[in-house]
Amino acid sequence: MTEILWHGRGGQGAFTAARLLGAAYALHEGRYALAFPSFGPERRGAPIRAFTKLDARPIGDRSEIEKADFSIFLDDTLFGEQAFSQLKPNGKILLNTKRHWEDPKIVFLNAEAIALEILGLSITNTVMLGAFSAVFDGITSDDIVEVIHENMPKKLQEKNIAAALAARRAILQEK
Amino acid sequence: MARKFLSGNEAFAEGIRLSKPQVISAYPITPQTIVVEKLSEMVENGSLKAEFIHVESEHSALSCAMGASAVGARAFTATSSQGLLYMAECLTYAAGGRFPIVMMNANRSTALPWNIYGDQRDSLSQLDCGWIQVYAKDAQEALDLALMSYYVAEHREVSTPFMVNLDGFVLTHTYETVDVPTEEQANRFLPAFESDHKLDLDHPCNLAFSAGPEHNSAFKYKEHVGILKAKGVVAQAEEKFAEIFGREYTGLTENYRIKDAEYVLVTLGSIFGLAKETVDRLRERGQKAGLIRIRYMRPFPAEEIAEAVRNAKAVAVLEKDISFGYEGTVYTNVNSALQKAGISLPTVNFIGGLGGKNISGEDIEEIFEELKEGYRGVKFMGIGGDGQWRR
Amino acid sequence: MVMHMKPCLREHIPSKLSELPEAPAYEAGYLVTKNAGWRSVRPVIDREKCVGCLQCYLYCPDGVIYRKDGKVAVDYDFCKGCGICRKICKLGAIKMEEER
Repeated sequence: MTEILWHGRGGQGAFTAARLLGAAYALHEGRYALAFPSFGPERRGAPIRAFTKLDARPIGDRSEIEKADFSIFLDDTLFGEQAFSQLKPNGKILLNTKRHWEDPKIVFLNAEAIALEILGLSITNTVMLGAFSAVFDGITSDDIVEVIHENMPKKLQEKNIAAALAARRAILQEK
Repeated sequence: MARKFLSGNEAFAEGIRLSKPQVISAYPITPQTIVVEKLSEMVENGSLKAEFIHVESEHSALSCAMGASAVGARAFTATSSQGLLYMAECLTYAAGGRFPIVMMNANRSTALPWNIYGDQRDSLSQLDCGWIQVYAKDAQEALDLALMSYYVAEHREVSTPFMVNLDGFVLTHTYETVDVPTEEQANRFLPAFESDHKLDLDHPCNLAFSAGPEHNSAFKYKEHVGILKAKGVVAQAEEKFAEIFGREYTGLTENYRIKDAEYVLVTLGSIFGLAKETVDRLRERGQKAGLIRIRYMRPFPAEEIAEAVRNAKAVAVLEKDISFGYEGTVYTNVNSALQKAGISLPTVNFIGGLGGKNISGEDIEEIFEELKEGYRGVKFMGIGGDGQWRR
Repeated sequence: MVMHMKPCLREHIPSKLSELPEAPAYEAGYLVTKNAGWRSVRPVIDREKCVGCLQCYLYCPDGVIYRKDGKVAVDYDFCKGCGICRKICKLGAIKMEEER
């Protein structure tokens, strides 16, 4: 099972990204996904978490992820040392940041710049979804196009697809 | 059929859309709100042709549904927690009046301490009010139960209201893959609602009258027989369901690796998935662990449970409930079933998950470990004899 | 089917389960027990003043007022004595009298 932990602030769309990822993975037969937010009342701007679990068989454990394969930060003000203790041994961190990081566990990109350029807003959830698809084998660019078509309001679709695919290309070029 | 990625609430709302209720009256409450929102959207955009009635309370929500059912309309409502308790007066009215209303209940803790998270104390406290009660394990089953609930509730021999329970948040708010059937399939499955007792100008009748001591027990006996008959009708509904939708269900209980099981865990609701994974792990280590999921709490699967544990060494009941001053209600019911079947086994009651507390795979392994000790009685999970509790 | 304007007792009181309906629901008008024991005041119709406008019939919560010779009468087997009919009667044709 692949477990993905999303970190964002209320209003940044972290849970939407978690849900889109689960939906994209489960587009194909024989694949299962669970996606859920951290439960409870939330205000805009407060730190929130969301969870995606992906597997080749039905997933029984509905509890929150304690150790993740991937921990994704939509906002680097939420990132700190504690992020490493929430990872499995080979786990990776995917970080939206303006800074440069040398740590091999950290994959980083300036998602905000991509979002501002393509969406005209600093909402980075679909950008980070696209970036994730570049570090994880299970999601293709076709899956991203399809899942956004199926799950986002029509007027948001094309821009979000463009933003996600731009992030995917950016990471693949770095590799 | 369409493969969709939906939350338990959304999947259930899809099931209700396909069941075509004519009247929906509901009051929003966390964690049920999304069901009400989705249905009102469907009514607004025309994908569901129903009268959506905004009510001022849960008491009114069920009263409204009864009024609708009394004119022969298919009625739906939904609630949770304090909302269910607020409509408690109407629960017995609906059951006694034999109005086959379907209600979705998002299982949530009851105050005080105030808490919005999931446990099953709300619905289990209402076991005696005369409603059929079923507990879903995942979003797919939730959707399927929406369709099956009307089939069973409206069956002439049953004519009993039907409560479908979904664990708050872990089921209502968790997204997973769900097959959404077509309308054509749903129409083939679910016959139109025909009531024998309704307000009808061509055949006027007197509804919901009083019955004094001389007739009261006769009506109550009929109510009891009606809900018991749901057993057979559930089987009939599931057979037809499998034919049309290709998904099979197993009646009032679902067993897992039970045949040669020495230690059996009885569960209720969505914890089943995790319990199955845990049983698989224990089996790999050579332990003969097995599982029973109670699907229907009313009518209660007494014979099914007794039959399944006949050769076991001990039985654990894990439930998100406590009847204060005694023990968990599921445990009481299971023990009564074993006693009637002449089975004398050590049984242990594990009270867990109250107010949304997570139950982990390790917790379930521990239950099986403790079961070997031969203890009989009640244990509050996470609370030790030394007065310490695990957060 | 005969339409009754007032409730009346069933002539045959069921004694077998098979004779009872599944739900507490009978054909219109039929009740199984008289229900007026707690009435402390009873409405009495002044047939001189009554013009048969049927306002009292419309407002009676228990449906115990019925037409009789172009005017109205009360079924005292089921009247609870609430007095709504007296209140609604503009002609003052209904008086509440103490039960003895």
